Parts: sequence; structure tokens; C-alpha cells
Amino acid sequence: MRTDWSGRPAARLIVPAALLALFGAGCRQDMHNQPKYIPLRGSEFFDDGRSARPLVNGAVARGRLREDAALYTGKAGGRALDAFPFPITREALKRGQERFNIYCTPCHDHLGTGLGMAVRRGFRRPPSFHTDRLRQLPPGEIFDVITNGFGAMPNYALQIEPRDRWAVAAYIRVLQYSQNANVADVPPEFRGRLGTPGDMR
Amino acid sequence: MPQIFHRSTNTISRVSIFGAVFALAVVGWALSSLDRSSYATRANTPREQPVAFSHAHHVGDEGFDCRYCHTSVETSSFAGLPSTEICMNCHSQIWADSPELAPVRDSFRTGQSIRWTRVHDLPDFVYFNHSIHVKQGVGCTTCHGPVDKMPLTWQHASLHMEWCLDCHRQPERYVRPRDQVFSVTYQPPPDQLELGRKLVKEYNIQSLTSCSTCHR
Repeated sequence: MRTDWSGRPAARLIVPAALLALFGAGCRQDMHNQPKYIPLRGSEFFDDGRSARPLVNGAVARGRLREDAALYTGKAGGRALDAFPFPITREALKRGQERFNIYCTPCHDHLGTGLGMAVRRGFRRPPSFHTDRLRQLPPGEIFDVITNGFGAMPNYALQIEPRDRWAVAAYIRVLQYSQNANVADVPPEFRGRLGTPGDMR
Repeated sequence: MPQIFHRSTNTISRVSIFGAVFALAVVGWALSSLDRSSYATRANTPREQPVAFSHAHHVGDEGFDCRYCHTSVETSSFAGLPSTEICMNCHSQIWADSPELAPVRDSFRTGQSIRWTRVHDLPDFVYFNHSIHVKQGVGCTTCHGPVDKMPLTWQHASLHMEWCLDCHRQPERYVRPRDQVFSVTYQPPPDQLELGRKLVKEYNIQSLTSCSTCHR
């Protein structure tokens, strides 16, 4: 005997409704988008819409107290440091080269002549590193310019860590030396390689 | 008692059994294709942004290193978006009056953040860390594609788990030398597998495929 569904429309809807509910449940994204903050996710709670809160003035992260004034300001007794606060090893120079190429070349270019891409696009041209005045600049002053900016140059404190700023200053010394050297400065065993392309190894 | 079904119905029943299996397979195939399609993953679709920032211009034309703006990529899980100050490093003088950059100048003046649209939105139950990948020789473009050719940024990969696992199972197929990680023009050499095996050994890259590597 056939069941007569016609009188019970509700029952007739149950099966499709259950299927729909199952499908619908499969598409919920609760676990994908959990009510938590991840970096740069906005916040409805704070007025400025940021979940990352600004530091209270004077807050110091654990282990980040900058006790060594020379290392973090480039100055000692109000005067720019005339030496590097840590030994400049080959490792440090390579680090300096890497950081210089990332952050400084847009204006200063790879040799430090001041014809980087941003300058070619209209940014004010910085002085070339290869003048007597800049060759005499104490490392502490280079550190200070990176940290606080100078003239049209903005500060790079956000982008370059303090120790890296010293490494960059040291690499600038390398560039200055490389552009103002003569054959006698090259150790005899390397003179044969002059004129062949290569990088700092 | 006479036969109810004519002999020809045998064929119909056979065809319909096969047809049902075939139809189910087609539905399954269609669903899995849909799931992998860029319609579902939203890959290859440029996202609208409050400022029409072009990686093609900044990276491709001007040659900026990724790290100039994405400063925390080597030290943190998150690559980092540049603060407005970093944009203004150049745009205080270049295109300083452009109406296109009005939101950047407003942000600089008022201190309000620019509300960029997130392009790569991993599910919240996945842990991902940029710094370890960068350190172990996974290049930016390996996952993010030809960023230097993107006028508006789009997601290059599906970000499906099978996509992650593809590399986690066989890192030697994708890793590159550390000094090439940030190169946008790097092309894997023809002997990638050989180089990859060497790098995997040299960098001590482990094939991590346990669930808790990413779902922690």
C-alpha cells in the first residue's frame, strides 16, 4: 500500500530540509575566523581600530634595556664615537653590505654615489660618500644619521636594528675605501684578479 | 504468472546501475575541482585596496628588496606591513601631491592606520611562521609567485593543506640557496633535485609533516 503524503506537507519537507541543514553546517567558517587577534587584524573594541596596542611611554621590553649609551646613540660624552663599539669582523661587514643593499641603495645606490632609483625618480640627491669630508666622518656620526635622519633623509631606526646600523657604517667605510684605493693597496696575491667581476668574498 | 518486466529492461537496469555510479563520480569530481578552483581559493584574483599599491612598480621597476617594507620577515612569524612612515620615506618627495596617495598622507598626518585588505588569509587554526621558512631557503616567490609582475597584489598559491604538504614532504624540490631567498628573478636550476638534496642536508631541513607542526 502506498503512503499518502499529500495530506502531510510537513513530513514531505523533512528530508530536503535535513539535507539542506547538513550542507549549510558544512559551510560555516567559525574555525577559520576565530574571535582572536592575529597580527594586523583590526579591532572593533579600540577607537583607532588596531588590535596591536601602542607601547606606554617609557615601556622597556624584557632584555631590551639600552644601557650601553655608546652602542645605542653613537655618542660618548656628547661627542660622536670615533670607533666602532664592537669589533668589525668579516661577518659584520657582510651583514652591513646586505643591510646597506636593502635599505640604503634606493637613494645612495650600490656604490654610495647618491644616484639610486629614488633619486632618479625625483628624490633630492644625497651627497656622494666619496668626498674628503665624508671620508673623515666618525662612525658614530654615520650611526646617528641612520638613527635620526639628516636633511632630507628620514630616520631608519624602524627598519635597521642598532647593531646593524654599525655594520652599515662599517660597510660604508668599505665602499669609501674601495672607491679611493690604488693598486698598491691591493695585496700582491689578489692583484691578478683586478678587473675581473666579483663581489666581496 | 506472466513476466512483469520485458527482457529489454535488463539492459536498462545495467545502464542505470553504471549511470548512478558514474553520476556520483562526476559529482565528486566536480566538487573537488570546485574546491581547488581559483573561484574557491580566490587565488589569482587581485584584491581591491584603499591605495592602488603596485608591487610591479616598486619591486619590478625600481628593484626594492622585499625587506625594505616587510621588515619583520626574517625575525618574526609575520612578514610585516610597512608603517605609513616607511611609505613616506620616499613619498614625502616623490608623487608628494598625487591624489592616489592622499590616503597615505592622511594616515601620516592623523596617525590612523591605512586599512589594507588582507591578501593571504590563512585559516586561524593554522600556525605559519615566515622567519623559519626564509631562513631554511624557501624563496619569497616560491609561495607568493611573481610579485614583481603584480600591479595589484593577488594570492598565487591555493593555500590548501595539500599545497603546504607538497613542499613539507619533499622540500628538496623547492628550496634554494639562502642568498637567493629574496631574489624575485631566481629560477630553479635544471638540476634542482640535486641542488635541493644538497641544501636539505646543508641547512638541516627536516620534512615536518606531523599534524601539530602547523595545527598547534
